[in-house]
Amino acid sequence: MSRQAILGAIQRGLRRGPLPEDQAMALRARLAAHPRHLIPARSRVPRPEQVALFLRNLEKEFATSARVPAPEDVPAALAEYLAAQNLPSEFAMAPHPALQSLPWDSRPLLRRREGRAEASDLVTVQHGFAGIAETGTLMLPGLAQTPTTLNLLADSAIVVLHASRIVGAYEDAFDLLRAEVGPMLPRNVMLVTGPSRSADIESTLELGAHGPRRLHVLLIDDDASALG
Amino acid sequence: MLATSPAFKQNAADAMADVGLQKALARTRPQFPARRAAAVAALPEFERLREIGKQIKDHTLAHLDFYLETFAANVERAGGQVHWASTAEDARAAVLAICQRVGARTVTKGKSMISEELEINAHLLEHGIEPIETDLGEYILQLRSEPPSHIIAPAFHLNREDWEASFRKAHTDLPADRVFHERRDILTEARSRLRQKFLAADVGITGANFLIAETGSSVIVTNEGNGDLTQTLPRVHIVLASIEKMVPTLEDTTSLLRLLARSATGQDFSVYTTFSTGPRRADDLDGPAEYHVVLVDNGRSAMVGTEFQDMLRCIRCAACMNHCPVYGTVGGHSYGAVYPGPMGSVLTPMLIGVDKGGHLPNASTFCGKCESVCPMKIPLPNMMRHWREKEFERHLSPVAVRQGLAVWAWFARRPAMYRFATRVGAFTLGMLGRKRGKFTSLPLAGGWTAGRDLPAPEGETFFARYARAQRAGRA
Repeated sequence: MSRQAILGAIQRGLRRGPLPEDQAMALRARLAAHPRHLIPARSRVPRPEQVALFLRNLEKEFATSARVPAPEDVPAALAEYLAAQNLPSEFAMAPHPALQSLPWDSRPLLRRREGRAEASDLVTVQHGFAGIAETGTLMLPGLAQTPTTLNLLADSAIVVLHASRIVGAYEDAFDLLRAEVGPMLPRNVMLVTGPSRSADIESTLELGAHGPRRLHVLLIDDDASALG
Repeated sequence: MLATSPAFKQNAADAMADVGLQKALARTRPQFPARRAAAVAALPEFERLREIGKQIKDHTLAHLDFYLETFAANVERAGGQVHWASTAEDARAAVLAICQRVGARTVTKGKSMISEELEINAHLLEHGIEPIETDLGEYILQLRSEPPSHIIAPAFHLNREDWEASFRKAHTDLPADRVFHERRDILTEARSRLRQKFLAADVGITGANFLIAETGSSVIVTNEGNGDLTQTLPRVHIVLASIEKMVPTLEDTTSLLRLLARSATGQDFSVYTTFSTGPRRADDLDGPAEYHVVLVDNGRSAMVGTEFQDMLRCIRCAACMNHCPVYGTVGGHSYGAVYPGPMGSVLTPMLIGVDKGGHLPNASTFCGKCESVCPMKIPLPNMMRHWREKEFERHLSPVAVRQGLAVWAWFARRPAMYRFATRVGAFTLGMLGRKRGKFTSLPLAGGWTAGRDLPAPEGETFFARYARAQRAGRA
């Protein structure tokens, strides 16, 4: 009922019936090609500058970061961060192979649970799908290996990201997603730019509204071309 | 909400006498324009992106039927359900039916203006289901039973003492003598209070900033993360979205996203931009088991093909109200409607009728600032002018206005008389006001001079001055 009423009213407004097939084909071709529009020049820079731009924008958005030379350095860097922030050494971690394969035994005091986050978790460790230099944004798709609750429920969210996964623009990250996950998007794709915040009280910015109060990125320098 | 738009003049007078509101306005007024200006200055491509954004939306509106159908098919392909709602009543019924089917007792809500327009909360409450607003600003407004006064900063009109008083009154299980040292303490109390609600809710309702035809996704943009908790934790996620939220592709969406946050809060990007596509997949560890999109028309389709179609480009950034001298003086509640400010003045007569909302397009100085900052280049002043014409045609404007316009029109059609009359007027006012340079009161202009002084003319008309300049230029 409503469907026909709405579509009919739109077509009357456009002074035509259903879209002619040749035009519909052109629109389907546009959807299939999903052409890019103007991409701001700020992120069209050599790799080392792209990584630097990403980190600079992270900081601008009140997130923090640490660079480690190799994956095996992640447990130590995590332990160091947790200690420095006076956080517990217990955390929920994404069941992602890239995180599971890290040498956790090297830090026996770190206690991890793999899976989604629960309300009681204070610290979560997520696998970063991509970093977007343009605005210091993390792309975090909610897949079986990277549950969405890990981005939301804890006070402190930590994301492990490979430097090779830092791209310039949002469009670059969506292209990676299309290529690696498929044309149908995962149920949830979050673009996260800094920790949660609100300016609802007297138009004054406060961090930590409903999501994480802290966002920390552990960047693995796996990309020789990105080392500047 | 009960529309009090017909009482705009009285509302505005009350607002100007409201000390708390004026304090909030004085604090907020300069912030939004300054932040937007800084964000825009940092992106050299901004003006070109505005033009691209306009083209994307124009293209979408010209094929809105096609894209809506494509969107619906892709939502269903991903396992979601689409509910088409011609009217607010249809939309309310669709939401209630879902909530009742799953036996919902509490429903958490992300911030959504369409939900205000549809009055979903009242409808759920009537049927014994408790809606809980989770956006910090919306939460306190729900405690105070107030409507939002701004489309992205709903509670900007409140001061800290209002927050503290409302929280003490509502959260009676906490010690009555607790101290709020900083704003952060208020935030922390809301955070822990709402965290329990997020975990207990049966259904989560969010709005949508965009609907993407290519992928069948809905997109929300928030800074708090409340919208994400709302749509991730309960068993059922319901998206409320009006039909003009449609965008063809992800690339079209990212182009619009580059404009949205910069125009709205002056951020380069909001903290959480989230794309939702269908319910949780077989091997997902979290997310809702059901995903519904209620596609709401409620008057939009009737704007297609009319002089108001451009309004359907609106992405609800609030730049127009943030830069409006009228809004900045009287705040949002004065408009007496869901959508305040310039965009509201265009939309409200469409939604509640020109007989009730027709006064709002008069609440403009036509300074044009709204159009100049609109990321979608919507000709807001022009459309307000269309409404004024309609109000006049339908004999809804006051007798004094009609008679005044008739007198002006008589002269305007007789150029010689017009020039003579304006020459006499300018000369007389120039002589009378020569000493003080301004008038604090004038016969027939009391409504104008009550709020501000009228600068005295210098004794010469514009026509005369223009002609003199032309002669001088040629000489």
